[in-house]
Amino acid sequence: MELQVLVSGIAQGCIYGLIALGFVLIYKATETVSFAQGDIMMVGGFVALLLINQLGLSLWLALPLVLLALAAFGLGLERLMIRPVLGQPAFAIVMLTLGLGYLARGVITMLPVVGTETHRLELPYSGPVHLPGGIVLAVEQLVVIGVTLLLCLGLFALFRFTRVGIAMQAASQNQLAAYYMGIPVKRLNGYVWALAAGVAAVAAVLLAPITFVHANMGLIGLKAFPAAVVGGFGSLPGAIVGGIIIGVVEALAGFYLPEGVKDVSAYVLVLLVLMLMPHGLFGERLAKKV
Amino acid sequence: MRTLFKTSYDQDLDLLKHGGQRFWYGLLLLALLAAPWWLEDYGLTQLSFVLIYGIVGLGLMLLAGFTGLFSMGHAAFLGVGAYTQALLTQAGWPFLVSIPAAGLLAALVGVVVGLPALRVKGIYLAIATLAFGFIVEEGLARWDSLTGGNAGLLVPQAQAFGFVIDSGSKFYFLCLAVAVLSTLLLLNLLRSPTGRAFVAVRDSEISAQCMGIHLARTKTLAFALSAFLTGVGGALYAHQIRFLSPDQFGILQSIDLLLLVTIGGLGSVHGAFLGAIFLIAMPQGISMVKDYLPTHIGQAPGLQSAVYGLVLVGFVLFEPYGLYGRWLKVRTWLQLFPFYRRGLFARQKSYQKSERLR
Repeated sequence: MELQVLVSGIAQGCIYGLIALGFVLIYKATETVSFAQGDIMMVGGFVALLLINQLGLSLWLALPLVLLALAAFGLGLERLMIRPVLGQPAFAIVMLTLGLGYLARGVITMLPVVGTETHRLELPYSGPVHLPGGIVLAVEQLVVIGVTLLLCLGLFALFRFTRVGIAMQAASQNQLAAYYMGIPVKRLNGYVWALAAGVAAVAAVLLAPITFVHANMGLIGLKAFPAAVVGGFGSLPGAIVGGIIIGVVEALAGFYLPEGVKDVSAYVLVLLVLMLMPHGLFGERLAKKV
Repeated sequence: MRTLFKTSYDQDLDLLKHGGQRFWYGLLLLALLAAPWWLEDYGLTQLSFVLIYGIVGLGLMLLAGFTGLFSMGHAAFLGVGAYTQALLTQAGWPFLVSIPAAGLLAALVGVVVGLPALRVKGIYLAIATLAFGFIVEEGLARWDSLTGGNAGLLVPQAQAFGFVIDSGSKFYFLCLAVAVLSTLLLLNLLRSPTGRAFVAVRDSEISAQCMGIHLARTKTLAFALSAFLTGVGGALYAHQIRFLSPDQFGILQSIDLLLLVTIGGLGSVHGAFLGAIFLIAMPQGISMVKDYLPTHIGQAPGLQSAVYGLVLVGFVLFEPYGLYGRWLKVRTWLQLFPFYRRGLFARQKSYQKSERLR
């Protein structure tokens, strides 16, 4: 029984981790925090809904299309909204992305009929699976864990072996120096936003069978913040590990502790982490010399 | 264009710098004092709301606008103030005592939040306060025996020594008095060494520290004072709403408060009240134009949220100093007419500075 709770906690945690991955990508590369990440995911959910349920495409055809659409959306967002305020205080960008979140939620609910209802995404996989040891899990949860692993490997390869990835690393360490070295920092920022939006699209498709698609599904992003902080805000593996920790702690708190503790356990944990080790598990520790 | 000719050192200390300011602020105060006679009951209620949100806005402005620490859980202080006021009033405390008490309790909570906040900066602080806000909201919902939980809590009428605040106009005068006092408090604070220290911490922590400012004490004080003002605003909010439930003090309220200070104009006292006017007038304005829009847009539940988002994005992109910044530009244009240059308020271009190394 405990094992079952643990595994479903890990599956939920992978979702948190995937959204946190979006935050961390953007934070690492552009030093801005996108509070709209959850809502970008929500938009991804609705695009997937349009392609799969309305147009009847198969998952394998629809998934690349959703990724492309969201990547283009992220690229456009960066170009139109984020780039003009780059270099302004962090507060400006936080408010900007909060505003974007409001805007996305508002526009989606303004779609007649579709926007206000909760939808089921028709996916080819579903149903329970019996694992050795008497654990019963939904296929959806296993798919979440598997895809998260694959995505992590893919991102690792991107940052380790490709030119673009290495340029992104350089830009994230010092934008000005990277710019002097001839790296097109502005264009890279756009790519990073596109990448983060793509990751959000994957998270949306994975999350759809678990929470369904609705206009407020992006609010789960608020749980992904603790995940990013626990892992250390600037660390990609940290985001996934942090997400899994938050997911497991939540699942255990829901199982052992009185009702109500589950909902705040993530936040209690993040406060503890901030108090005891402000840089998170994998965060970099830097100080400025004066 | 006005040139100030100072003939005594006292003039440097004056809150109102010249005759024009004395005239206009005096007129504003008179108009506000006379409001119950020229406004309907409904308008008066809305005006009280503006004043209450203005007080809360002053609190957040002190923290976000003047000290540069931004809080995404400010609704929690509002909630602590409101519930304290409701419970103290039930226990029969006079409002002259219970309103400051509500503020003080909120300030105490502010110090508790401020302590971990000393170790973290920027985005980490935002997330710490966000987490704190969630915890307080859940706490209010779960502590049934005290707060009534999700069923809510009725707030009795405020009274002090036999004087009961039982009408809209009496309550309005209470709000007005508290708002004027809070504004004076903040204005005086800002020209004192403590207030200057707040602004110094906002502009550069390292420079402030080099100038001998005790960072930890200054930041904790900023949290405490900000929470105090917010708690006082919360106490009035309790009487205005008359029915408290935990979901009024959640993340959406916190974001509304941030919206208030951003749209009003960060770093200006006027901004708190301009933002409050915006926050109260916006839903009214939307419901007025609703009927003229196509049905599927006008009746959509997301309309308000979309408009909020659009306005917020617009302000951050095009008018980062908010409504007050816009007014400054208009005023300068009038003062310099016809010599206003377009580049006068242009933002300096800069590359993204690293927060991680601060």
